[in-house]
Amino acid sequence: MKVLYFAWVRERVGKAEEEIAPPEGVGTVAELMDWLAGRGEEYAHAFENRRVIRAALDQAHAKPDTAIAGAREIAFFPPMTGG
Amino acid sequence: MTVRIQREPFDAAAEAKAITAGRTDIGAVVTFTGICRGSDDGQPVAALTLEHYPGMAEAEIERHVAEAERRWPLMGVTVVHRFGRMVPGDDIVLVVTAASHRGDAFAAAEFLMDWLKTRAPFWKKEERPGEAGWVAARDSDDDAATRWESAPDPTK
Repeated sequence: MKVLYFAWVRERVGKAEEEIAPPEGVGTVAELMDWLAGRGEEYAHAFENRRVIRAALDQAHAKPDTAIAGAREIAFFPPMTGG
Repeated sequence: MTVRIQREPFDAAAEAKAITAGRTDIGAVVTFTGICRGSDDGQPVAALTLEHYPGMAEAEIERHVAEAERRWPLMGVTVVHRFGRMVPGDDIVLVVTAASHRGDAFAAAEFLMDWLKTRAPFWKKEERPGEAGWVAARDSDDDAATRWESAPDPTK
């Protein structure tokens, strides 16, 4: 699965995208954030306030309890500030 | 429907003209342009850099344009959102809506802008004298967007 990071999530993780293979048992967006947060200091920093981080599955907005099974691409980012 | 995400500046008048050219059924065109301000909350801003999520940005805006077309009898919609670095005075975003009557065109333009601010995957980083920081989302923008969830659907 490809994971993308944007804005300050990208800056904290230190990369814009990567391929990941989360273990079985990581079934939802929220569980994936928990798993990512445990991958190192930079990830822990990026995901320290998980409630404010938004996610998209295959380029559509997703909720914390959305199942990630079958997704090709998942993105994490702060609340949007366009317009 | 025309949706474009681009680095280059846009020409608001030309985009509006492109919708009305050769037609006599359109009675109202609303053109909204969002512009980079030189200050935010009283603090000077030297420049803005807009980051976006390529692919999702287009898809999300197209979903909201389709929803606007479902709610109001529109005869044309164009949305252009820029990315990259912008200085105060530069145009950032353009929404053009066309309809027979002004009420539908005004409402659809406001609906699209309210959703763009909170749902389109763009992020602003401000350059201020001596520092740079990501712009925080505003509760007032969330309130502006969510009011449409309870707004009466004119098609029903």
